[in-house]
Amino acid sequence: MNGRRRFLRDFLALLCSGGAIGGFLKLLPGSAHAKETVRTGKWYGYGVSVDKCIGCGRCMEACKAENNVPKEPFFFRTWVERYIIRKNGETAVRTIDPGAEPVPEAALDKSILRSFFVPKLCNQCADPPCVQVCPVGATWRTEDGVVLVNEKTCIGCRYCIQACPYGARYLSPATHTADKCTFCYHRISVGQLPACVEVCPTQARIFGDLNAAASPLSRFLRMNKIHVLKPGLNTEPKVYYANLDGEVR
Amino acid sequence: MVKFPEKMPDSLARLLVVFVVLTAVLAIAWVMIPTPMKSVHVQWDNAILREKAKPMRYAGAHACEECHGEIYGKKKAGYHRDLSCETCHGPAKTHTEDPDKTKPAIPATRSFCVQCHAYNPSRPRGFPQINPQGHNPLKPCAGCHNPHDPKPPTTPKECSACHGEIARTKAVSHHVQLECTTCHQAPQQHKITPRGVKPTKPQNREFCGKCHAKDTRETREKLAKSAPKIDMAEHGEKYVCWQCHYPHSPEVEN
Repeated sequence: MNGRRRFLRDFLALLCSGGAIGGFLKLLPGSAHAKETVRTGKWYGYGVSVDKCIGCGRCMEACKAENNVPKEPFFFRTWVERYIIRKNGETAVRTIDPGAEPVPEAALDKSILRSFFVPKLCNQCADPPCVQVCPVGATWRTEDGVVLVNEKTCIGCRYCIQACPYGARYLSPATHTADKCTFCYHRISVGQLPACVEVCPTQARIFGDLNAAASPLSRFLRMNKIHVLKPGLNTEPKVYYANLDGEVR
Repeated sequence: MVKFPEKMPDSLARLLVVFVVLTAVLAIAWVMIPTPMKSVHVQWDNAILREKAKPMRYAGAHACEECHGEIYGKKKAGYHRDLSCETCHGPAKTHTEDPDKTKPAIPATRSFCVQCHAYNPSRPRGFPQINPQGHNPLKPCAGCHNPHDPKPPTTPKECSACHGEIARTKAVSHHVQLECTTCHQAPQQHKITPRGVKPTKPQNREFCGKCHAKDTRETREKLAKSAPKIDMAEHGEKYVCWQCHYPHSPEVEN
């Protein structure tokens, strides 16, 4: 048998044995298939009851005060959008300005079909696209399910800002690093509520541990029909919306 | 068999020296680089510590109770019971640490209350709203309403105070003479927690049939007597009435 034939024979044998071993391993429990992760610690989530939001913007003010977010109405860790859906199908979305003097509203604008407020914030995705694109590992998901930014290693390349499908990140003009909602990590780690949940006058915002059987959030998820934003992207957001309109993206 | 030379060739020896020196330099450099620069997990742990060390500005919903128990209790019994003190008075963590050093704000301007209570068609129906231009202009809100126990100067007795749209529709309909309570029983608790306790609604065809069935026995009342009559057996037998007729404005040809 010449060298080429021997090589081909050995190579084919190796391929077959490899397939056999791989198939055998796949049958073994827990080796080829990673077992479904069982989460034992905290796993933070957030609830938004859309039909309770009155669009006062206290949450936006509280977030800026608590987290030193720049005052300009361009930088937000959380914001509230006002949706106006007209009968001809046009949808107008604007981020509200809490400090502005209320303009007299036309009480019976017949062209409006539906109108409501939607609070928005970082969805703290279980599978965050912003983390995937970071070239320096400066953003990551903690054990308890909060996506944080390490401002010491962030190089300010803005990839994460582009990658976030919810527009939840901004570049801090002070540090020139990416910044985002942390669920007020310094508050929740000592058992306090995030500032926006703290000040919400109508309990439209609910915070809690998804692993806890009895938390306001668990009750919220049990009592309402729940939707998340952009479910088709498989980011597995952990901000859950009750009574969300189909127009909301 | 391969035959090793008795003496190592010079070229190989030089290569070996270069290799050893290079390895030593890399090893020393690796030791000298601080750990946080080598492991992203150490960086993350440090970042978590920095994040946790950030100062809090809001003291939390229960911090005020200790000293301001009386006001706290009063607020707890009124319509503002679910409001945190800091929603209106602003962040007060420094005040809880040293009460004399900083005092929380006491907002007294109309524009502050109006931020929540100005009329806005996007707000949920039933939330108390006013037109700031027409509602006692230039008068401070606190002159009539105690912010810790806000009440409308007159407690609304009619359903129309909150359900104005339905009331207006009903007012121009054939059902104008019916009270809301003819069809809905509103428990007292509904006025306190409107979404928690809801009024009843008719559940079946027979309810409407009490007035509108051809063979109804409810003929004592004049209203029921003059109501348009249908044959319950023949008229839309498998549907409930409100699938075709909106009860607050039942459109029907007389």
